[in-house]
Amino acid sequence: MGKFIKDRKPQEDSWMPYTGLEDIDSLPGGDIYIPMEEWQNKREELLLRNGKLGVILENTDDVAALKDDLDRLDLIVLQFPKMADGRAFTQARLLRERYGYKGEIRAVGDVLQDQVFYMQRCGFNSFELREDQDIPSVIAAFDEMTVTYQPACDEELPIWRR
Amino acid sequence: MYQYSQADHQLLQERVSQFRDQVQRRLNGDLSEEEFKHQRLRNGLYLQLHAYMLRVAVPYGLLSSNQMRTLAHIARKYDRGYGHFSTRQNIQYNWPKLEDVPQILDDLAKVEMHAIQTSGNCIRNTTSDPLAGVARDEIEDPRPYCELIRQWSTFHPEFNFLPRKFKIAVSGATHDRAAVAVHDIGVRLVKNDAGKLGLEIYVGGGLGRTPMIGKLINPFLDPHDMLTYLEAILRVYNRLGRRDNMYKARIKITVHETGEDKFRELVEEEWSQIKDNGLRLRDEDIENIKAHFKDPEYETLSDFDADYDAAILSDPEFAHWADKNVELHKKDGYRVVYLSLKSRNQPAGDVTANQMDAIADLADKYSLGAIRSTHRQNLVLSDVKLKDLHRLWKELKSLDLATPNYNHLTDLISCPGMDYCALATARSIPIAQALTERFDSYDYLNDLGDISLNISGCINACGHHHVANIGILGVNKKGVEVYQLTLGGSAREDASIGKIIGPAFTADEIVDAVSKVLDVYLENREDETETFLTTYRRLGQAPFKERLYG
Repeated sequence: MGKFIKDRKPQEDSWMPYTGLEDIDSLPGGDIYIPMEEWQNKREELLLRNGKLGVILENTDDVAALKDDLDRLDLIVLQFPKMADGRAFTQARLLRERYGYKGEIRAVGDVLQDQVFYMQRCGFNSFELREDQDIPSVIAAFDEMTVTYQPACDEELPIWRR
Repeated sequence: MYQYSQADHQLLQERVSQFRDQVQRRLNGDLSEEEFKHQRLRNGLYLQLHAYMLRVAVPYGLLSSNQMRTLAHIARKYDRGYGHFSTRQNIQYNWPKLEDVPQILDDLAKVEMHAIQTSGNCIRNTTSDPLAGVARDEIEDPRPYCELIRQWSTFHPEFNFLPRKFKIAVSGATHDRAAVAVHDIGVRLVKNDAGKLGLEIYVGGGLGRTPMIGKLINPFLDPHDMLTYLEAILRVYNRLGRRDNMYKARIKITVHETGEDKFRELVEEEWSQIKDNGLRLRDEDIENIKAHFKDPEYETLSDFDADYDAAILSDPEFAHWADKNVELHKKDGYRVVYLSLKSRNQPAGDVTANQMDAIADLADKYSLGAIRSTHRQNLVLSDVKLKDLHRLWKELKSLDLATPNYNHLTDLISCPGMDYCALATARSIPIAQALTERFDSYDYLNDLGDISLNISGCINACGHHHVANIGILGVNKKGVEVYQLTLGGSAREDASIGKIIGPAFTADEIVDAVSKVLDVYLENREDETETFLTTYRRLGQAPFKERLYG
């Protein structure tokens, strides 16, 4: 697998992506994630297998559709198809702040050094970096800025109330 | 003025270091131009026709004399000795070198200035009324609300990669001097019949290729709810705004395509979930920010000064200037002075380093050390004593900053056009200069009265031609620069979008065409108090069309 950071450390990634269209019995044990739609279609069968489950969302998906499933999902993968597309920032904040999701939220796609600061503030805690990224530089970028003005997942109050 | 806290200072330092590293990575080749673009744009650095252009934020148009001196120093040391005030109250430098930019930002940070979010698809510098705090028609000072928006929007983690740029303007007076109707969000501070303060929230105004007037989506929002409400609007926009076509990505299109009522419903639904969170403003939050904008220690003065009256009588040139460029102040014995950046000798909005230093000195000497920039590309000294006006005028005149044309025809807005801009399809500056030369007569300008003329060098409309009484849009038609004329726009409280009058004119014809339009007005106005806009609205396009093309 490629370059991966979780909880600010380089780690081995235990998760495998599947399309969700496979025969469920053919899926291996262990941790897999599938598209949200397939999760919704086969929720009960999928829960019977051994191993953790995660879903990957399109960045047009409404995260509210997952709100009753969150305690059964250990991973939610959100996408940055290109760096300029910031919809997943909103998806992540809603999952954490509105629906109280406690599991792993992962950024995939154009996940770059200069964005991880914002991503962590919005609730992302794991990052599948694009291949050209330098892991130590990315880890340093989490602390590049220490001043935050507005509330987000890491701060409940704006700077004028802290 | 807002005084920076330790945290504000630290943030700027961290930002400078971060950008220094980004520039280094770009120069090393570790960062592609495409990816660097997103980073440099969030720091106000554009790649233009001939060079980089750096846009420095002037938060809601307020500058101290010290800050102005730093702007002069930057113009001198890193640029070609001048800067350009833009229609968003910011200042732009046209010739910085990429490798110098981190040092420029460092110099700016020392005086609490920066280029954060002056470009890119994020929440831009908030603009406001240049007369905030001193206007006679003020309902409530908008500056504390602007400052709260500045803090909330700076490096907002969720809204730094929006579908498109996002501009907010706040106004707190009866007259709208901040063009709130043509911003992505416009906020007007108002009072209801019971004297209670509220906010009118307009969404989806904007210019560019699809000009639209903002829709009033909330007529009376509790000011304590301002930031949660803005957060709800931005969140709906970040989710629904189009990303497939950059020309349809502004919130005006989102509102238009979603429908005003449905959009309001979505915002209210989102807001209902967050309205009581930590972002809701408490009384003390607003009061603490307001404390930064307390009135200076004004002297108790008479609103009559014998020397001033004598100078008016004896010096007609001074009298003309005082009539045009000086406005009443909320305090007796004080006046608001407009420094015209629209002389014959410099492009609209341009100021030299020497002028900037001199303006800083004049601000210290005559106006409590503060300067404001306006969205019509002028500067303001907001607290000048009546008795000092004559002396100030003499100094301004020697600096070529006393053209008596505020809110008159030659006080025109012009974008940089094809002389600088990579997007432009036609030149703006030479047209502006030709107009200024043709109509450079005090008596004629005086006779025309209150009128606005704006020029854009392409359909992106940075020169705000849509909302000028007379708008000029330069386009390129089969390799030739031609100029379309629009009439009837307004950026004030009666905001409207001008209409194209007919086929375009060549560069050689456009000045005559404007002259004909003015003739039709002068011949048809009911009396000297009827403005161009009122006459146009009364008569419609027909007589103007007839004169131009008949």
